Amino acid sequence: MSDDILVRVEGLERFYGERAAVGGVTFQVRRGEVLGFLGPNGAGKSTTMQIVAGALAPSAGLVLVDGVDILDEPLRAKAQVGYLPEQPPLYRELTVDEYLGYCARLHRVPRGRVVEVRERVKARCGLTDVGRRLIGNLSKGYQQRVGIAQAVIHSPAVVILDEPTVGLDPIQVREVRALIRELGGEHSVILSTHVLPEVQSVCDRVLIIHQGRLVLDERVDRLALGLAEPALRATLRRPPAAGELLDLPGVLEAEVGEGGRVTLRFREGEDPTQELLTRAVKQDWGLVELAPQRRSLEEVFVQLTCGEDGAHSLPARERAA
Amino acid sequence: MIGAIAARELRGLFLSPLAWAILAAIQLVLGYVFLVQVEVFLQWQGRLAAIEGAPGLTEIVAAPLFRTAAVVLLLVVPLLTMRLLSEERRTRTVVLLLSAPVSMTAIVLGKYLGLMAFLVVVLGLVGLMPLSLLAGGSLDPGLFASGLLGLLLVVASFAAAGLFLSSVTDQPTVAAIATFGFLLLLWILDWAGSGGTETPSALLSYLSLLTHYDSLLRGVFDTRDVAYYLLFTFAFLALTVRRLDADRLQP
Repeated sequence: MSDDILVRVEGLERFYGERAAVGGVTFQVRRGEVLGFLGPNGAGKSTTMQIVAGALAPSAGLVLVDGVDILDEPLRAKAQVGYLPEQPPLYRELTVDEYLGYCARLHRVPRGRVVEVRERVKARCGLTDVGRRLIGNLSKGYQQRVGIAQAVIHSPAVVILDEPTVGLDPIQVREVRALIRELGGEHSVILSTHVLPEVQSVCDRVLIIHQGRLVLDERVDRLALGLAEPALRATLRRPPAAGELLDLPGVLEAEVGEGGRVTLRFREGEDPTQELLTRAVKQDWGLVELAPQRRSLEEVFVQLTCGEDGAHSLPARERAA
Repeated sequence: MIGAIAARELRGLFLSPLAWAILAAIQLVLGYVFLVQVEVFLQWQGRLAAIEGAPGLTEIVAAPLFRTAAVVLLLVVPLLTMRLLSEERRTRTVVLLLSAPVSMTAIVLGKYLGLMAFLVVVLGLVGLMPLSLLAGGSLDPGLFASGLLGLLLVVASFAAAGLFLSSVTDQPTVAAIATFGFLLLLWILDWAGSGGTETPSALLSYLSLLTHYDSLLRGVFDTRDVAYYLLFTFAFLALTVRRLDADRLQP
């Protein structure tokens, strides 16, 4: 992943009447990065994506795609962007081939190259067998793939996908995620979703937007570090008394629950995992499970988007980490 | 780009049964009108031959046919234009056009030209009817051409108005009704001129779509009439572009 910035969004605002759907959002997308957009319904995700895709004009703020202002030179900027809206813009009465051919022409693919480009994108999105079928007769998963194919047919630098896995069955979800990861190799991808594990499995960076404002902008691997708590969770067949566990170096708190579930809190930087393992073996505690305790992304998400003070607590944690 | 949009529009029309149903219905109705007029001509033929400068085959058959065709198309064009933009907005496919590197003008012109291509097919079929008389008689080519040109101009302005009203609403039926009402009003506007005071009626009859068509049907090619239709068409196309822009930009 190189460091040059492909999409620069600054102070983006959009009003619907009196209501601000997006109020001052600033972020950047680097080349080849997969950016996850999280937020509750009505947070302004779709509006932001529509604006970056050029389908909607911002009330205020700046959107630069590869250095081209989307308001000043919309045609040049839009040529760099592929967009799959929440509801894929499919013409049900066309066949997949006709539709993708039309999209290619709309995106200024030269007439002579349309067939070649179409076949390539079909192979990539797993649509080779359905080229001659009507879009209206395809299953939802295939329709979604046609939507993605439409967004990448002109090899744009930026691909924007608005909730691409909604309404798909688990197998289709995995396929679409694999496709998105693959896209991340050569395009920058902006992806919005409600599904939190999706962000962790697909994205390089996550933005959480709430009531039209960004409340989190962090790399997923850094976030994972920040999420680790100084605690261990273990299950022991024959747990010792809590006092014995407190003897372990660094342990502040030990709790032995039902079924041998043990929770240990320890001082940061003094991880007692090794010692616990050694003793468990020596004293035959019957260790069956051992895992570091983590806050899930879900907890972070709920904390950031529900509590009033939530917005401040996470950055504070990160400074400490 | 305009070509691609127009081609898809035309294709979409022929993929739905609507276009075929419309073609069949128009052909049936106008075929009947045509036969009736031919019958009238055959009845009068003997007497007409005796009169100096009497109306010929073109005046008696082609002109009424074109006049009726305009009325039939007044009913039909709103059904064709209603889907153009409102359907795309309703099914959200319009986003595909808005996020593509295509200008608003290209979108509007593409849509419009796609529909016009279909209407030219309709007009071709209508024009073929009088032309079939060439097998056994003779037509006045000037009068025929001016009548067909008039019909084309009338239909072009119908389509432009319909396209604009289709861009205003998300509901195709509302667009159809609005277009129909608007066109019908413009069509009958000159009724006010037929009786009563002179001054206001001159304006109303000037605004009427029908008045300008009549002179072309009589074979009078007046640039003022042609300009009226062209201005009408361009005005509504420009309004459509502005309307789409307003959708995207801040109201």
